[in-house]
Amino acid sequence: MTIAVEHYLLVGAVLFVAGVVCMAIKRNAIGVLMGVELVLNAANINFVAFARYNLLFVLEGQVMALFTIVLAAAEAAIALAIVLNFYNNHLTVDVDAAEDLKG
Amino acid sequence: MSAEALFFWLLAVTTMGCAIAVVVTQNIVRAAVWLLFTLGGVAGLFFLLGADFVGATQIMVYVGGTLVLIVFGVMLTAQSPFVTMRAGAGEWGLTLVVGGVLVGLLAGVLFLSPWTGPQSDSAAPQSRSVALGSDPARSQTVRDLGLVLLGIREVHPNGSIPVPIRDADNNPQSVPRREIGYLLPFELASVHLVVVLVAAAYLARARRRTGSPSS
Repeated sequence: MTIAVEHYLLVGAVLFVAGVVCMAIKRNAIGVLMGVELVLNAANINFVAFARYNLLFVLEGQVMALFTIVLAAAEAAIALAIVLNFYNNHLTVDVDAAEDLKG
Repeated sequence: MSAEALFFWLLAVTTMGCAIAVVVTQNIVRAAVWLLFTLGGVAGLFFLLGADFVGATQIMVYVGGTLVLIVFGVMLTAQSPFVTMRAGAGEWGLTLVVGGVLVGLLAGVLFLSPWTGPQSDSAAPQSRSVALGSDPARSQTVRDLGLVLLGIREVHPNGSIPVPIRDADNNPQSVPRREIGYLLPFELASVHLVVVLVAAAYLARARRRTGSPSS
C-alpha cells in the first residue's frame, strides 16, 4: 500500500489527542508540560507531511516546523522556570494547589 | 508492502503507542521516558518524510535539550507524593470518552477530505524526489533551508521556483518566483530566544521561599 499524507495526519491526530488528554488528566505540572510538547509535535508532523506531499509547501512546511521547534524549546524553558518557582513557593507541583488567584 | 510502508508503520505504531503510554502511565519519571521514545519516533518520521535537517534538529533540540530540561524538572520536584499523582476514576472515564470521540472525529475528517489539490501531484512518485530539493541529485534540504532563512530563494534560470507544477495534462508549469524568504521571522526567533533565556534565568534564580532561612 502507498503511504499518503492521510497516514501521517492520522499519526499527528493521535499525538494531538494524546497531548490534549495528557494536559487534561495530569495533576503534575510537568505532566501538563509533556502534553504541550506532544501537541506541538503533532503540529510539526502535519507541517512536514504537507511539505512532502504538497509541492507548493516544500520549504515553507519545514521552515515552520523549525520555528515551532524553537518556540517549543523556549516555552519549555519558561514553563519549567515557572514550575520550579511555584514549587519553591508552595512545596508542591500539584496544579490543583495553584489557587492563589481564586476569588 | 514496500520498504517505505514498512518503516512508516513501524515508526507510526511506536510513536502513537509511546504517546498513549505518556498519558496512561501514573509515574512521572516513566512518562518522561515514554516521551523520549515518542520524540525519537517523530524524528524518525521526519527522516522518512525527507526532512533531514528538521529531523536532526528534532533530535538535538527536543531529545537533547527540552527533554533533559523536563527530566531535570522532574528530578528537582520528585518528592514522594508527586511522583505518582492519580486522577479519579470518573475523570479518567470522562477524559477517555472525550479523547476517543475527538480522535474518531479527526480521523474521519482527514480520511474523508480530499488532500490532493490541483497544484500537487503526490501520486507521481518521481516528483517526490524533486520535491525534496531543488536539484533531484541533491536531496538534502539543508542548503535550501539555510538560504530561505537568510531571505534568499533559490533562483531558477527562468526565474521561477525550482519546483515543477503540473497542470491537468501533466505538463510542467512554472509559477512566478516569490523572492521573500524568512529572514524577519528568523531574527524575531533569535531575539525571542534571548529574551526567553534572560526571563528563565530570572524566574528560576535561587531564592528560598519566604519564612525559611536563606542559603
